[in-house]
Amino acid sequence: MRLFTFQRAASVDEAIASGAGAAFLAGGTNLVDLMKIEVLNPERVLDVSRLDLAKIELREGALQIGALASNTAVAEHGDVRRAAPGLSEALLSGASPQLRNAATVGGNLLQRTRCAYYRDLGTRCNKREAGSGCDALDGWTRMHAILGVSDKCIAAHPSDMCVALYALDATVRVRGPAGEREIPIGELHLLPGDHPEREFSLQPAELITGVRVPIDALAARSRYVKVRDRQSYAFALASCAAAVQVEGGAVQAARFALGGVGTKPWRVPEAERSMQGRPATRETFARAAEIALRGATPRRDNAFKVELAKRTAVRGLMLSAGALS
Amino acid sequence: MYSYEWPVPGILYGVLVTSNLAKGRITAVDSAAAEKEPGVIAVLTPFNAMKLPGGAKPDTGDRVVQVFQDDQILYSNQPVALAVADTFERALHAAALVRVSAQPLPFTVRMADELHAAFPHDIRNAAGSRPADQLRGDVETALRQAEHKVEAVYETPPETHNPLEPHATLAVWSGDRLTVYDATQGIFGVRKKLAKAFALPPGNVRVITKYVGGGFGCKGSAWSHVVIAALAAKQLGRPVKIALTRPQMFGIVGGRPQTQQKISLAADKDGRLIALRHESISTTSRFDDFIEPAALVSRHQYQCENVETKHRLVRLDIGTPTFMRAPGESSGSFALESAIDELAHELGIDPVDFRLKNYAETDPTEGKPFSSKSLRRCYELGAERFGWQKRTRRPELMLRAGKLVGTGMATASYPANYTKASALARMRPDGTVLVQSGAVDIGGGTYTVMAQVAAETLGVPYEKVRFDLGDTEMPEAPRSGGSTTAASVASAVEAACRALRQKLDAMGGRPRQPVEAFGEVAPSEERKKYALHSFGAQFAEVEVDPDLGMVRVTRLVGAFAAGRILNATLARSQFMGGMVWGIGMALHEHSVYDEKLGRIMTRDLADYHVPSHKDVVIVDPIFIPVEKDEIVDPAGVKGIGEIGITGAAAAIANAVFNATGKRVRALPITPDKLL
Repeated sequence: MRLFTFQRAASVDEAIASGAGAAFLAGGTNLVDLMKIEVLNPERVLDVSRLDLAKIELREGALQIGALASNTAVAEHGDVRRAAPGLSEALLSGASPQLRNAATVGGNLLQRTRCAYYRDLGTRCNKREAGSGCDALDGWTRMHAILGVSDKCIAAHPSDMCVALYALDATVRVRGPAGEREIPIGELHLLPGDHPEREFSLQPAELITGVRVPIDALAARSRYVKVRDRQSYAFALASCAAAVQVEGGAVQAARFALGGVGTKPWRVPEAERSMQGRPATRETFARAAEIALRGATPRRDNAFKVELAKRTAVRGLMLSAGALS
Repeated sequence: MYSYEWPVPGILYGVLVTSNLAKGRITAVDSAAAEKEPGVIAVLTPFNAMKLPGGAKPDTGDRVVQVFQDDQILYSNQPVALAVADTFERALHAAALVRVSAQPLPFTVRMADELHAAFPHDIRNAAGSRPADQLRGDVETALRQAEHKVEAVYETPPETHNPLEPHATLAVWSGDRLTVYDATQGIFGVRKKLAKAFALPPGNVRVITKYVGGGFGCKGSAWSHVVIAALAAKQLGRPVKIALTRPQMFGIVGGRPQTQQKISLAADKDGRLIALRHESISTTSRFDDFIEPAALVSRHQYQCENVETKHRLVRLDIGTPTFMRAPGESSGSFALESAIDELAHELGIDPVDFRLKNYAETDPTEGKPFSSKSLRRCYELGAERFGWQKRTRRPELMLRAGKLVGTGMATASYPANYTKASALARMRPDGTVLVQSGAVDIGGGTYTVMAQVAAETLGVPYEKVRFDLGDTEMPEAPRSGGSTTAASVASAVEAACRALRQKLDAMGGRPRQPVEAFGEVAPSEERKKYALHSFGAQFAEVEVDPDLGMVRVTRLVGAFAAGRILNATLARSQFMGGMVWGIGMALHEHSVYDEKLGRIMTRDLADYHVPSHKDVVIVDPIFIPVEKDEIVDPAGVKGIGEIGITGAAAAIANAVFNATGKRVRALPITPDKLL
């Protein structure tokens, strides 16, 4: 770990005023970890963990979740479990209880990839050091993305929570020097393209203050399925957050997002539309999954993810549709 | 106190800089930036480190080390420099600032690239020395004529031990006397290596190890960092301590080598084995020989007239592998016990019945009687506990809450090793007893059981006895490896305490002055007339998601017979730990190399998977409390540190086959292999 300046913000305004060039510290489960291995080396760390941003409430047809609400608090919250069970399931499938107690919603939105090359200073990584090259491309790719990849980066997005938030059409509230704005969650994360070092659409000194999750009948049906190499404390090989509303055996509305396979959580509107009005059956869901995986670019070690992601999507959609117990 | 934590005034903190390259020659080390940082004392490199008085490669028959004596890089993550500072954080930061320039050389870490150069290598381990190859009968003809045959290749990946306590060494010089606090399984081996490296009489080197946070084999040797700590302390004239970081655990301190094992197995129509061939190839480094004796298990496990076993090594540009919990028996039993299951299935015979049909009443290789063998009883006890009779024999869809359910079993076995050991017992006038032996406690409970053994032998209450260990000033004891400690040290403690009892009895009770007695034991000639093993039977139940391939071991029952059990609570923990590791071996563990970089990429406990709590549902070891054995060693003890993992991976793989009809022959069994 390198030397850095540590400050604590007393208010959101103060955080924003002195936020330029600083790393905001909330739960620290990701930032501090990466600082210890010198992957992230901020000169200034601004502690925002004590700001009053931890509230969780159901208001104006939406779950309003403060950026500093812990993963545990959100996952265990009665309103969340009733109105967006898939979000609760996604959170509980991630990390360990100790980490979930410390990790926050805001931090989870900005969680960095677990790409082993990103974390190993003995290798080249365009995300860690712009333009340095990528050793993952022809390396050990089992855990890497097959969707949204570029020839500069194939790092998979690691978050479970974000996958659920994508399927739930959440928006992210941020405040910065230019005031407050809302970002549709799909626009928060950037595809790697030619600049994998640019990961988020946030402007300098912008602070995430909360997340808004619109609540409707669909959200109440949301579920999360995660496939991983062990039963707990492992990143997804493939995951799916799905919400399906069925009436008279036909799909009324459906949304789903995939995790573990994309450089960001993966949602394909065309795949969702393909289910509209169709019978809520395995065939309908399999077709949607097929569409969602179009354009997948597997590499040597992760070719299995194409099939696994489809099956995971089908499982998620079946669960949500009530076609499985 | 753990080795890194001994309070030593004026201590300096060393952090290793390790190579990014897998092979090359170091041309320069730029430490200018590091040395400018506050608190940094020095950066030792191959260009400025002192030359070892004992020569560049202190050879004691232990692992070959890389200790800044030349410019060679032989594997990725090899130590190439040491940053030394007044705090750990400063040393860690300084290490990150050191820039190493090197001329790369071609290399490979792929076993397939070097199979053409595989060569036979004898087996040397705690049980002694055995030939690489052994042939009995006519395997070729028997295989050709057999009606029922299985021929398959089984693979186990490289694995890394990862005890929670990383390797750590603290070195203090006083003139030409060296004291080292080391996280090791064998203090006398460390003393020997350091004495050799610094050309000192062994008596000038003292090694102290009071507690070890897990060993599992990787702490069985004195690796590079041990010599480097002593070198740095000598050169800088101050005590130095080094702890490896978690990523540095991958390569510098060994791991289980990769194996490829071909098994050819044949039986007659009645299910009697008529041929068994087990050919094992394992990996080692370019500069040192470690052989995983995976085919040994096939020499002893079943009755069969025609048996051939072979061991081959291939050299790769990797750090030298080493002993890892049941080296050979765990990887070898995966192959053999999977093949046995395959043949039983082909024959339509229940796997337990098939094993009973081929039960070895005497050691099939040497014709010797077993000193004791209760395997039949283990099959019975395990099957009953598990409910094996309820098993569905053919793999078919058996659904429970949407999951496929399957069961499988395997035989467990491990040699009953016993070596020379000594102990000293002393009674004070107040009736308290101190017993000492230079063993270590790597978590198995040596402190507790040896005090128990002493109390029982002396006929005094347990509370009156203190057992102390982990100091080369004490009577010599073996390295805690190969499940030798309980058998050897308990026998030595008994000998010392019996001698003390005699002295006390002759004096008529409690002494007025401290009275002490020394006890030493060594394997007898009689012992050589017998085959010596502990045995067990593992039974696994798994649930497999039929679409998504995730496997969960819902039950693992192990029934074991291992001589006299000294402490049931500790024994249960030992067996259980081994069995849990069996789950990890079957489903999780894999040190994955980037073949282009020659580097292990699973460098922390998030990427290197071991079972989480949720992967361990019911692990149920049972054991025969006293399997009478007067041959194996005076204490009648067979070590139990390792048998718990043997057979476990095969039992789980066999259960996966029973559930899914899919035979996975390459560990670990991850979801992608079952899609």
